[in-house]
Amino acid sequence: MSDLSVRAPAEMTAPAVDRPQRGTLATLLRTPSFLVGAAILLFWGVCAAFAPSFVPYDPYADDLLNTLSPPSAEHWFGTDQIGRDVFSRVLTGARDILTIAPLATLVGTVAGTAIGLVTGYFGGWIDAIVGRLLEVMLSLPLIIVALLVLVALGPSTPTVVVVVGLVFAPLVARTVRAAVLSERHLDYVAAATVRGEGAFTIMVMEILPNILPPIIVEATVRLGYAIFTIASLSFLGFGVQPPSPDWGLSIAENYGVLVGGFWWTVVFDTIATASLVVAVNLVAESLQRALAE
Amino acid sequence: MNAHMSPAASPVLRLDELSVSYSVRGRAMPVLTKVSLEVGRGEAYGLVGESGSGKSTVALALQRVLPPSGRISGGRALIEGQDVTSLDRAALRRMRAKTVAMVFQDPGRALNPSLTIGRQMAEVFAILGSSAREAAERSEAMLARVRISSPARVMGAYPHQLSGGMQQRMVIAMALAKSPSLLILDEPTTGLDATIEAEVLDLVDDLRREFGASILFISHNLGAIAGLCDRVGVLYAGRLVEEGPARALFAEPRHSYTEGLLRCLPRAGMRKGVAPLDAIPGFPPAPGSIKQGCVFAPRCGLSDERCRTIDPPFAVVGEGRASRCHYPDRVADLPRATPAPALAVPARDDAAVPVLALEPLSKTYDTGGAKVHALRDVSLTLMPGETLGLVGESGSGKSTLAHALLGLLAPDPGSRILLDGKALPPEVRSRSADEIKAVQIVFQNPDSALNRSQSVRRLVGRAVKRLAGLSGAAREAQVRRLLDAVRLTERQLPARPRQLSGGMKQRVAVARAFAGSPRLVVCDEPTSALDVSVQSAILNLLAELQAERQVSYLLISHDLGVVRYLSDKIAVLYLGRLMEVGRATDVLDGPHHPYTEALLSAAPSVSGERGTRIRLEGQVPSGLNPPTGCVFHTRCPRRIGPICDTEEPPLAADDAGHAIRCHLPREQLGRALATAPVAEPA
Amino acid sequence: MPHALGRFLAKRLGLSLLTLWLLSVVVFLGTQVLPGDPARAILGPLADPRAVAALNEQLGADRPPVEIYLSWVGGLLTGDMGQSYAYRSPVAPFIEAALVNSLKLAGMVFLIVVPIGIGAGVLAALHAGRPVDRAISVAGLSLTVIPEFVSSIALILVFAVILRWLPLSATWPPGAGPLTQMQHLLLPALPLVIVLFGYIARMTRAGTVEALSADYTRTAILKGLPWRTVLSRHVLRNALLPTITVIAAQMGYALGGLVVVESLFRYQGIGSLVLGAARAKDFAMLQAGVLVIGGFFVVTTLAADLATAMLDPRLRTGGRR
Repeated sequence: MSDLSVRAPAEMTAPAVDRPQRGTLATLLRTPSFLVGAAILLFWGVCAAFAPSFVPYDPYADDLLNTLSPPSAEHWFGTDQIGRDVFSRVLTGARDILTIAPLATLVGTVAGTAIGLVTGYFGGWIDAIVGRLLEVMLSLPLIIVALLVLVALGPSTPTVVVVVGLVFAPLVARTVRAAVLSERHLDYVAAATVRGEGAFTIMVMEILPNILPPIIVEATVRLGYAIFTIASLSFLGFGVQPPSPDWGLSIAENYGVLVGGFWWTVVFDTIATASLVVAVNLVAESLQRALAE
Repeated sequence: MNAHMSPAASPVLRLDELSVSYSVRGRAMPVLTKVSLEVGRGEAYGLVGESGSGKSTVALALQRVLPPSGRISGGRALIEGQDVTSLDRAALRRMRAKTVAMVFQDPGRALNPSLTIGRQMAEVFAILGSSAREAAERSEAMLARVRISSPARVMGAYPHQLSGGMQQRMVIAMALAKSPSLLILDEPTTGLDATIEAEVLDLVDDLRREFGASILFISHNLGAIAGLCDRVGVLYAGRLVEEGPARALFAEPRHSYTEGLLRCLPRAGMRKGVAPLDAIPGFPPAPGSIKQGCVFAPRCGLSDERCRTIDPPFAVVGEGRASRCHYPDRVADLPRATPAPALAVPARDDAAVPVLALEPLSKTYDTGGAKVHALRDVSLTLMPGETLGLVGESGSGKSTLAHALLGLLAPDPGSRILLDGKALPPEVRSRSADEIKAVQIVFQNPDSALNRSQSVRRLVGRAVKRLAGLSGAAREAQVRRLLDAVRLTERQLPARPRQLSGGMKQRVAVARAFAGSPRLVVCDEPTSALDVSVQSAILNLLAELQAERQVSYLLISHDLGVVRYLSDKIAVLYLGRLMEVGRATDVLDGPHHPYTEALLSAAPSVSGERGTRIRLEGQVPSGLNPPTGCVFHTRCPRRIGPICDTEEPPLAADDAGHAIRCHLPREQLGRALATAPVAEPA
Repeated sequence: MPHALGRFLAKRLGLSLLTLWLLSVVVFLGTQVLPGDPARAILGPLADPRAVAALNEQLGADRPPVEIYLSWVGGLLTGDMGQSYAYRSPVAPFIEAALVNSLKLAGMVFLIVVPIGIGAGVLAALHAGRPVDRAISVAGLSLTVIPEFVSSIALILVFAVILRWLPLSATWPPGAGPLTQMQHLLLPALPLVIVLFGYIARMTRAGTVEALSADYTRTAILKGLPWRTVLSRHVLRNALLPTITVIAAQMGYALGGLVVVESLFRYQGIGSLVLGAARAKDFAMLQAGVLVIGGFFVVTTLAADLATAMLDPRLRTGGRR
């Protein structure tokens, strides 16, 4: 270094203005709606994992002498049309949906992120063609697309995971693409190009870390809709198959007797479904607010 | 405290110990602390400050449009004798409708995109009680007064159909329509091209006399303030630190902050290696962080124990002047923050092979069938260790040229870029590792240029790995050497960009560009995102690295001061054509191309001397449909006749290689505007 | 520059046609190629291979896929949607009747949800950050994710079973007037209203908040305009424009939600028709129904884009300068 150098400016000795890194989690833990949502989610998670070992009755066992009995000390939530204990079935009913929905969300998020990165980064004709295909996918209501494919392939757990995941991929891709486009014009991308980095490196190492927050939010929102969609499919007969105590399936099996006044056969399942989707949504919303700071 | 003289009996605006604070996460942060000033009738008062000084907060507080987190925490603001801070809703609305008008930065966003200009103008008259017809007539008359040539047509236009300069004239017209007593201008020309900026400032100056309005002009641009204002107040960290008549204050500052700021400005006569710029060490304090003593003491070369413990009073220091400094008479003795020895200017070897030669470079964009010539047959050479300054307004092709050099876009077939005499492949992916590391860039905005999710170690280290091919301990050592070269320390290694100040971020960007010992670094507006006091340190750093490493710069800047300070050669672009090129001194001294002459005359100077400004008529034509003949003829003040419209003049060079593209003979071209003798501060 | 608008319209129309074409390919792949052997899918794994072959021939599924596709699309263009396997009659009349019913239901949904959603969104934006806003946002968001069959059951229980205010059946007696029809449609419409409300309110809120903080709004305030004028002329004019597109996009979604609601309330609409076809593996009916739903979405988004273009001067008068 030459002795002609400029004296070190004082700015480098000044304390760096530091914003706490852990701010997001701290903010979340102070958000009531997050705490409520997380608690409900945790409750259903525990039920999904362990309910069969602590519920009072076998959720699959019928009791034809004791059908449609109203809630009582013996059967807290009553029994259904073939005498199964509704309380035990509701608690174990989270199992299938809490397996399928997160897996489908994972499939959708990974596929969508890949598509969004590629279309947003390259633009041009790749974007035009893929974008058009995605718009076609999006021009059909999700339930219809899922229905179409499930009719063709037959409903099974892996099929439902893949189908719902792929149906969500265009939505995730749209979000990711928009995020990539707003990063794409920033100079750090040009700087990487100028030092000879390849497209894959730029997408994954440079751009992806910066767009993780919207992807995480998108994934939690999608999880809510995955539960919504899979529950609806189960209700229509194209999702979880009998004899699962799945809520959507149970409601489909029993809502015919609702008008007869046997409300307990469906009401607890509807409350369970609603609590789960709302909980996921509260978590997603709080996360979004926390990340937006 | 209120020590300054009031210029007229009843001031239009009077701030009386006005304080404003923002609440950030429940804590009150003082942004303005006891600011007192007066603006007399018909007076233009300039409020100068760097970012974060609180100058825009003054404007917002005056009209009671602070963001929800901000509140006036003390003092009064009187407009025409009425205290703004205690007005009820109806009185506030009356004041906004009749007494005060405001013009902000970014006119494109200040206008409602879905209403016609006519409708937005008419609103102003409608509030004052005009009928619809009368409002329309008065609107049209008002447009004529801001020099709109076809008001009727503009009345029916939507904001997006007008250029930036026209939009700002609309906003000014709307502001003056109500004949306000006070017109507040907050950075009204930031973001506009130099010639447009000059035009807007001229307009404001003319109209101010015509309408007799008082003006509060808020800006970071010392030159613009000096040219327009009678009196100036200098704001630092939310406090008014100095006030006085514009000419006297800039010629002989009485506060060490003002003095330091002026020394940071690259003015005529200052040059890299010969007369380097000074800098202000450190950076402005966070609001409210300095609890005792003078707010500027931590950065002041004159400060002593007294300064650090006792807050100086705002004391009279001469005719109409006041300063918040304990030692106003010693300001001129402020020691340099940077020692002044001249850098060894490298010996030039004219026989050497140029680092860069364009022979020539063209780029045509195809936009839906129509062709846009972003660059047409631009030929340039650049020698090792030299700086080529590239000057021109937006749309001139400066960025296209830079991107083509970097391989970010492919030039037209037939273009040739030679690096050290060898042809450079057009796109970065077809360049060799050596060619890639030889050409690097420092971007305008470090916030955009540095990946915000990466640490300094990673940012510089990755460049070292790619460009110097080092890894492991060798890479780490090289990263540390580079940080040292840009005056950062290893303390910054784990920091992310958001934890660094603007100047530090730009140093990281410079370090990254130098990772592989480049031959040519493109500096694309390297200081325009920075405050004046930080800018000079970066300019000195660039000059010093160049002297050390014999690197060449292609410097793109709209700031003629910066270009003049760093450049050995200057090239002037207009609509993708090279209009003038030559040694920096030749281009600045003249003879000038008429366009260069206009650009030079548009640059404001802190001396307050405004030479005869050369006004350019109309707007920069669209590149889609460039003028025939000389591309500049539609705006040229020196157009000779039909020959300019039909025949493009050649780029004719003299013996020294100073080339000008004009039909006028050299001896009739303008001369030496830039070096007209100006009163430099002692 | 009116021809800028013309070019925009032409481009937009071309893209819509392209989308429709791709849609037909996707639907075709889903219903003809994916199942592999339609007759086998219909008759089940235990059926006699000869019966399968015979049915495939009857369905025309023994031809090469491209030929099947071309004859299908050719039929569609002349209004022939094919033969229903389940009903052994042309598909078109079923689709037509079902579409009319579904449009009535969807119309009812939008009649209710658009004013409520926009009103709530604007209200929330005007009180951004305060309890009203939080309440609307959280309620809207929570309601949006409740599946229609869940809210339907709650609504049936309350309004049809306990209170008996509304008829349980969505199907009105023959010859009923519009008012009676609306009364019958109210209960099935509500679950969709619940789902769409949050979305529309949220989009409206976002647009309004953005417009409220825009520089042009500050300009309007500083002109001394009364707050009402600032709001109606400067804020809402710019805020509600993007909302139109959002609402249109939800039209398509609403038609998807109809599948659940129509089947739950046993209403003869396009949704229950598609579901029935899916259950019966009536591929001709399924593909026609799905295509009509997708086509309807394409048409509504096109209409929304055109409306936006007409209202937005930036599109109407062409680009900068």
